[in-house]
Amino acid sequence: MAKTYLPPKLTLPVGERDHAEGAPKAPVVLVEYGDYQCPYCGAAYPVVKRVQKELGSELRFVFRNFPITNAHPFAEWAAETAEAAAAQGEFWPMHDFLFENQRLLGDDAPFARAEAKLGLDVARVEREVAQKAYLPRIEEDFLSGVRSGVNGTPTFFIDGVRYDGPAEFEALVAELRRRPGRSR
Amino acid sequence: MPRTPEVKPSILRPGGKAPEFTLHTTPDQTVSLKDFRGRPVVLAFYPADWSPVCADQMGLYAQVMPEFKKFEAEVLGISVDGIWSHLAFSKDRRLNFPLLADFEPKGAVSRAYGVYESRTGESARALFVIDPKGTIRWSFLSPDGVNPGADGILSALEKLE
Repeated sequence: MAKTYLPPKLTLPVGERDHAEGAPKAPVVLVEYGDYQCPYCGAAYPVVKRVQKELGSELRFVFRNFPITNAHPFAEWAAETAEAAAAQGEFWPMHDFLFENQRLLGDDAPFARAEAKLGLDVARVEREVAQKAYLPRIEEDFLSGVRSGVNGTPTFFIDGVRYDGPAEFEALVAELRRRPGRSR
Repeated sequence: MPRTPEVKPSILRPGGKAPEFTLHTTPDQTVSLKDFRGRPVVLAFYPADWSPVCADQMGLYAQVMPEFKKFEAEVLGISVDGIWSHLAFSKDRRLNFPLLADFEPKGAVSRAYGVYESRTGESARALFVIDPKGTIRWSFLSPDGVNPGADGILSALEKLE
């Protein structure tokens, strides 16, 4: 009965639809399911940055939305804002700004200023956020996470296999170098 | 303190009838498994209220509820915490399904399902999907400390169709 425990696998493969940073042909892919209002994701944000720096061209990093709206009233707004920025080609700067300014969520002004600074059409972002223009995509991210065994935020997948270790620099780097999905 | 012998729980397997129970969910309300005959039931045993993560197991299920509802499934959370803890926890995490108190006699229902951890005096993280006739169709005992997520439950519900 006691068969070896196998962590769940990503059911929606990384592809064209995703927001990805790093070399397209990088040997290892790290996927994060995250929520911009989740304090644990906020804490993991600088860790991921450090991991990306450490692994350089060896790593491709993908971020998918997993807003826990029951607990975080601004999570969906933040996800919509990042997606609206993505529509104008600036997903990652907005993703970073949201995590770096998590404590300001709830006040739209600093985010509008950041959008203007990035050269975005702020009125368009605000209109799209108000219309929930990217909700289908956010829901697709969320459901793909649910079906892949996302069990809270942040949840990471390394080469498509759920990573159950701590969201800490050394542990993540060690596991990324081990490449658990390689033998599949 | 005398050391209690460690009894590894042996989780009930699919195919058998789900043990009946009646447990308190509020001071004056009880929930019985048989109340849900005719609909699938998801039983989610968990160690304790107030685990220190934001999207914990119960919070995740609350968020995934629209998916469970597509199968008309009822979700019931069960731990050995008392009703007052459950009520406060449920309110804090905005849960949208009942939490049952397996409180007196402590852990009796968890034991009946083979998921009581005598070492910690808590339920293990364990999941059951029970079909509309009251038969266990899927069960899962999570390894220590691993929050199982909702993927296994949804796959099991799909197979009931």
